[in-house]
Amino acid sequence: MTSQRVLIVLILILGCIWPMIANALGQTALVGLATRVLIYAIAAASLNIVMGFGGMVSFGHAAFFGVGGYAIGILAAHHGTDPLFGLIPGTNAFLIAVPVAMLLASAVALIIGSLSLRTGGAQFIMITLAFAQILFFLAVSIKAYGGDEGLVIRRPNELFGLNLRDRATMYYVTLMFAVAFFAMVWRLRRSTLGAVLNGVRQNERRMVALGYNTYAIRLYAFVISGAGTGLAGALMANALRFASPDMLHWTKSGDFIIMVVLGGLGTLFGPLLGSAAFLVLETYLGAWTQYWQLPLGLILLVVVLGTKGGIMRLLTQVAGWFVRRLP
Amino acid sequence: MLLILEQLLNGLQYGVTLFLLAAGLTLIFGIMGVINLAHGSLYMIGAFVGVYFGAMTESFVLGMIAAILGGAAAGLALEALVVRRLYARDHLDQVLATFAVILIANQVIVLLFGRQPLFAPIPEALSRSIDLGAGLQYPAYRLFVIAAGLGVAALLYVLINRTRVGMLVRAGSTNRDMVRALGVNIRALYTAVFVLGAVLAAFAGFVSGPIYSVEAGMGERIILATFVVVVVGGLGSIRGAFIAAMVLGMIDTLMRGVLPELMRLVLPPSEADALSAGLASMGIYLVMALFLLVRPQGLFASGN
Amino acid sequence: MMPVLSVEGLVKRFGGLVATDCVSITLNPGEVHAIIGPNGAGKTTLINQICGELRPDAGHVRIMGEDVTRLAPHRRVRQGLGRTFQITSLLSEDTVSMNLALAVQARGAGTFRLFDRFIGRRALWQTVSALLAGTPLEHRAEVSVGDLSHGERKQLELLVALAREPRFLLLDEPMAGLGHVESQEMILRLQETRRQIPILLIEHDIEAVWALANRVSVLVYGRIIASGTVDEIRCNPEVREAYLGDEQAEVS
Repeated sequence: MTSQRVLIVLILILGCIWPMIANALGQTALVGLATRVLIYAIAAASLNIVMGFGGMVSFGHAAFFGVGGYAIGILAAHHGTDPLFGLIPGTNAFLIAVPVAMLLASAVALIIGSLSLRTGGAQFIMITLAFAQILFFLAVSIKAYGGDEGLVIRRPNELFGLNLRDRATMYYVTLMFAVAFFAMVWRLRRSTLGAVLNGVRQNERRMVALGYNTYAIRLYAFVISGAGTGLAGALMANALRFASPDMLHWTKSGDFIIMVVLGGLGTLFGPLLGSAAFLVLETYLGAWTQYWQLPLGLILLVVVLGTKGGIMRLLTQVAGWFVRRLP
Repeated sequence: MLLILEQLLNGLQYGVTLFLLAAGLTLIFGIMGVINLAHGSLYMIGAFVGVYFGAMTESFVLGMIAAILGGAAAGLALEALVVRRLYARDHLDQVLATFAVILIANQVIVLLFGRQPLFAPIPEALSRSIDLGAGLQYPAYRLFVIAAGLGVAALLYVLINRTRVGMLVRAGSTNRDMVRALGVNIRALYTAVFVLGAVLAAFAGFVSGPIYSVEAGMGERIILATFVVVVVGGLGSIRGAFIAAMVLGMIDTLMRGVLPELMRLVLPPSEADALSAGLASMGIYLVMALFLLVRPQGLFASGN
Repeated sequence: MMPVLSVEGLVKRFGGLVATDCVSITLNPGEVHAIIGPNGAGKTTLINQICGELRPDAGHVRIMGEDVTRLAPHRRVRQGLGRTFQITSLLSEDTVSMNLALAVQARGAGTFRLFDRFIGRRALWQTVSALLAGTPLEHRAEVSVGDLSHGERKQLELLVALAREPRFLLLDEPMAGLGHVESQEMILRLQETRRQIPILLIEHDIEAVWALANRVSVLVYGRIIASGTVDEIRCNPEVREAYLGDEQAEVS
């Protein structure tokens, strides 16, 4: 068995028994933490598609996260009362609301992407950041949906009668989505689109000289990435029963970037490891001191300036070391 | 009418503040190729250092000097410890590293000064309103900020266009390698440019203290608007930054001044205020998006 | 017979400088048309206008009779343009075969499935092997481009351009930086290539030009000062003058 397959199996097993471990340790909060880790992992994995595979640094992915979350929130708010804009009925059905959220996030990604991808480099970073801010201010300004206080979602979505308020249930639902999503990313990576995207990242001029429409290719990747991040936002809205402007703030985009890089840019499991590392740091550093962002900043600085390849690089090196020593 | 005039002057004042920040940022990007997210932190450091020393010595002027020196020191330290390692790196690393600096700087400020905003007093001499004619009374302090900002802009113009150092800066922003080939000490030039940007930001932070609040995170609020200015003006162009800063500063201020009145005509007050605040905040980003549709490289694109 | 590539009256100005001064060139089927000229003659500007990276101020570019002057670079490739870069432009993290595979994939309409397995596309990789057969890179298929020698990269650059099955090739100094043995190899490869498709050859290496070209045009200060067969150009006094002091090799 290759070291990567061993890793996958280990992670899957760990994922499946996690709530039991948490209960055994008497730390039920760890279940909620794990749910959030998985949700952010989906978001980070989506960002990894454009950043790691595609070479585009987007500082605006919070936009898709927030759109996903607010879609759930707004649909829930109109469920059982007046329809949205007098036309669109609200819904509490998971199987309708979540796909709608993803669709909306994709649409927003199409708009933002089609405009931003005309630029590159530093401009791209700043334009994506600015677009996310537009949505942030929009969310803050509409009191009907909570304004700066955020939108409370009274009940989580209906899914086959499951009680999504129950932490373990929500966790397993999220786990299923996470596994499915990572499987999709894995297939994308080894598909033709993945190979072409990788080519565009390495040498766009060469790809243009071969006749590839690099703008369109980047846009596909960007929209897929937006859909995935929207999914994460929709799941988060369900998990927290809350959609807030924070989901759209540029620092959230920054958090996603940190997760991707910490975990290992362009790798398959980097986003998962990065998300876990980030949330663990945030939770435990946060419990230790209210100034937790200071050590976080220092760690990040050291990782960026000092290393290349993040945690994934480190882990694969360690795993490789072990595998070589197997009998 | 009076309201419009007042808003225009406010817009001028905001624009001048934006320019002070944008000039440094665009130079740092144009010449060193570095995206410095932490530029807002230098703004914040200038405000805190200046206001603190100003309060201690009870002198606005000494406070200003302290702000400038503090900004220079912070700039030097930041350049030597972090930014220097970013010249050869890609934009992602630069963004992450400077983002990390923001986190660190904010927390250090909170550690030193707490979370409450610092009170930044307006000096006696400038605390009246001046009659500008036609019945318009305008705060002297804001006029001071406008004057100071335009003065610095003029100094910058002279520096960039009339001195040898300025020539190197201009050359460096269009062709880094050529400057190196001329045998100029690139290290020293880079450090000088960064410190100049830091000083401009710190100065802007200090003079803005009495107008906006002095607290941790103040840099992030204005840095986003600064990025918009830099992108619209063209990365690397000071001229572009000036024009963009003035125009965007005006647009932003006018929107904030006029929109609430308009919104209140159709919506209940609290909703109108929230919506108009949101729309006004969105304003410059929308302008940027539309502008970039037409001209992605900004007003004046530099060779880099 | 219709020319494969037709450049008509191309003009490009940068401020006061006229980089391309009413240049007209044709490339006919079956021929190698070489463009030579001293440094600074405007070759790069000309290439960029033909390929679409630069918009001319006046004039037209036609590929197979179709006016492509307003088309984006990647669309001109779809019309049949194939090019190599003077400084090799390859995917340096990938292997030789992967570079070729992406070129083969680019043929045709260029649609692709989302969830196939790229490495599993047998027909495509068989094509890659076939392309490598008989070339100096035959046994270097799984080598990463970063590990190739300069000469090998130049060879790969040519192969990649051919792999896409263009209608004609625009070669930007394929001999640049090659040693004597590598140059001979490259000339051989180009002799083979010319039998398949017409070539617009931008070159400094005069030996290669004399060995390969049917027609030669001389570009000086953005203008074509002479155009004709190899023999005609070799004897042309204006051409000699333009080259005096610029080329070390004797122009005869």
